[in-house]
Formats: sequence, structure tokens, C-alpha cells
Amino acid sequence: MADTIQFDLVSPERMLASMEANEVQIPGAEGDMTAMADHMPLITTLRPGVVRATGGGETKEFVVSGGFAEVTASTVSVLAEQAVPRAEVTQEFLENLRQQAEAAHAEATDDNRDATAKAVADLAELAAQMV
Amino acid sequence: MPSLKDLKNRIESVKSTRKITKAMQMVAAAKLRRAQEAAEQARPYTERFNAVMAGLAASAGGSEGPKLLSGTGSDQTHLIVVMTSERGLCGGFNSTIVRAAKAKIQKLLDSGKTVKILTVGKKGREQLRRDYGKLFIEHVDMSEVKRVGYANARDVAKEILTRYEAGEFDVATIFYNTFESVISQVPTEVQIIPAKFETEGDGAATFYEYEPSEEEILTELLPRGVATQIFAALLENGASEQGARMSAMDNATRNAGEMIDKLTIEFNRSRQAVITNELIEIISGAEAL
Repeated sequence: MADTIQFDLVSPERMLASMEANEVQIPGAEGDMTAMADHMPLITTLRPGVVRATGGGETKEFVVSGGFAEVTASTVSVLAEQAVPRAEVTQEFLENLRQQAEAAHAEATDDNRDATAKAVADLAELAAQMV
Repeated sequence: MPSLKDLKNRIESVKSTRKITKAMQMVAAAKLRRAQEAAEQARPYTERFNAVMAGLAASAGGSEGPKLLSGTGSDQTHLIVVMTSERGLCGGFNSTIVRAAKAKIQKLLDSGKTVKILTVGKKGREQLRRDYGKLFIEHVDMSEVKRVGYANARDVAKEILTRYEAGEFDVATIFYNTFESVISQVPTEVQIIPAKFETEGDGAATFYEYEPSEEEILTELLPRGVATQIFAALLENGASEQGARMSAMDNATRNAGEMIDKLTIEFNRSRQAVITNELIEIISGAEAL
């Protein structure tokens, strides 16, 4: 049994990471999860949060603003709407995201008010983590 | 016959034109490289996205899926999205897109459909205005955008999706140029709503666990799919525009060079003619004495 998985992180604008990882932590819409080798095939949407990949003794962290992830037994592909390495996250970036989320919440209809409220809350939590 | 001074002026002016076209060609070449890189880097995302969507669409199939996938059940009103450049001097780049779009629009109108047009980039708007000006519903201005980002695509997608939700149209098609090489850009039409995904024929799709439910994922991803396709189209278009401009400016530079050669020969001939004339005058003057 292989004990590493192929981890890819892509955003529409570029490919941010492609590496062998032992475990990948993903901020799933319904809770964080850690994917390791031979994980059950899964597709999940993401909430704003931190993707953490550990492999070969190093850990890489990326902040994603949402998107989705595809997990299979040997691969983890994260397709993020926006993604930045954690070290490069700026106040401005978070502020931008927050404004977008709040704007979406302001014009939300009854159907998706819960979802947009959650997005705003998730971002607040993320911002707190970043400090 | 033009005087020597006229010829000299013309040579000078063609020379400065050549300098400009040469500079534009080099700028386009540099921009082309950047545009191609951007398109290349966006490819993994698009490919994966489409693969996942194809799987989802296939398993969620059937008519009760989300409206973006199954359509409104009618194809009466069409939205044509014409993506062109903001600047000219790029050969047939804009005309080929406009021609393809016009053919489609005419076909739809002839078969009694309603057509609405959304333009991205002002060159296409200018060319379409005369024939189909009253069909315009919206224009997206990209002249302020230096480098196309995903956010731009999302804005365009949002514009389209809001109109779809409001029931303003049933089918949306985008027109843009696919970049094949510097000398060849192919006008392409892609139907984005209702979404069509190419399913790979291997049949043995992996069965995924979905979190949250399949439908919820699909409803969240479909609008993103529209943005992704528009983003891919914008990038292709960007690369095509620079490619087209580069070859157009290369041609222009070459033509200017030829023109300079021709004018120089004419200039030298008339200069010699003037000298000969003067000599004849002196000689015949001397003989008369």
C-alpha cells in the first residue's frame, strides 16, 4: 500500500502546488477532514479556510476562499476559487473576501441566506486564525 | 511626376510607419508569450473541473436536474455573447468572430427565434451595431483591464447568470477565437447554458461520496462552470488577439519595407534624370557658343 498521495492545488489562474503528500487537511463545507492514502472517493465543496499538506517532512499551507476538492484513493485535487500560500496572505486579501461575502449576504434571497451567512462567519473565523 | 522633395518626404513617412509597426509587433510578441503562459496555467483547472462536472452531470442526469444543466425546456430566446478585443490593428481577428456570430444570429432570426446580444470588447460591438444594434442588451467594457483575471470572468458570468435566473433567455452561446498558432486563430462557438459536458467514454466512472449532497454540489458548481468557461474563452481570446496582431504587424512591417525600396528606386531614378537634364543643358549651352 502506497503511503503517499498525489496532492494538487489549482486555482483558475495557476497551479499552486503539485506534490507527494502523506496527508492533506481540507476545510470541507461540513467540517475539516484529513485525507490520507486509500481514502474513499469523495467530492466535497470547500468553505473559506486553510488547506494543509504534509509530505516529505515539510508542511505547506494555503488559504483558499472556496471551491471544491476531489479525493480518490491515490490523489487529492483541490480546485480553489482563489488560493494563496499562507505566508503571502495579506490583510487586504482577507478584507476583500470579507467584503465580497458580505455583499453576497446583503443581496441574498431567502433560499441561500443561511449559506451566505455561513460564508461570512467562516471568513471571520479564518481571519481570526490568521492573526 | 512627384518632385524629389515629395519623394523624400514620402520615404521618411513610410520609414516612421515601419518603425511603429515594428514596435507594435514586438510588443505583441511579448504580450503573446504572457497570454499563452496564462492560458497554459489555467488549463489544469479547466480540465479537472470539466472532468468532475462530466462525472456529476452524468450521474445526476435526467430532466429534474438544475435549470443550468437541463435548460428551461424551450429554445426560443438565445443570448449570443460576442467576445472581441478592445483595440484594433490586429488583422482579421475581430472580423472573423463577428462573421461567425452574424451567421449564427441570422440563422436564428430566420428560424423565428428571439436573439439578444451581449458584447465583451468594443470592437465587436462597433461591427455589430449597424445590423443588429437593437438586439444589444448589455456591454462589458474590458478596456480598463490590463491583465485578464478570474474575477473578470466571474463578473461576466454573473451578468449572464442573473439574466438567466430572471428568465431573459433560454440558451446562451459564446463566440471567441481559439488560439492555434500565430498565423491561425479559429472562431469558436460554445454553448454555455444549458451546460454541456463531454463525457469520457470509459464508462467505469468512480463512485464518489458527495458532501454535501450531489444536488447541492451541482447547484454550487454549475455557475462556477459558466465562469470557468468564460475565463478559458477570455484567455484564448487574449492569446489569439496578440497572435493576430503580431502577424498583422509583421505583414505591415514587410509591406512598408517593400514600399521604401520602391520609393528609393524611384527617388534615385528621378535624381539621375535631373542630373542628366542639367548636363544636357550645360553641354548644349557650350555648343551654342
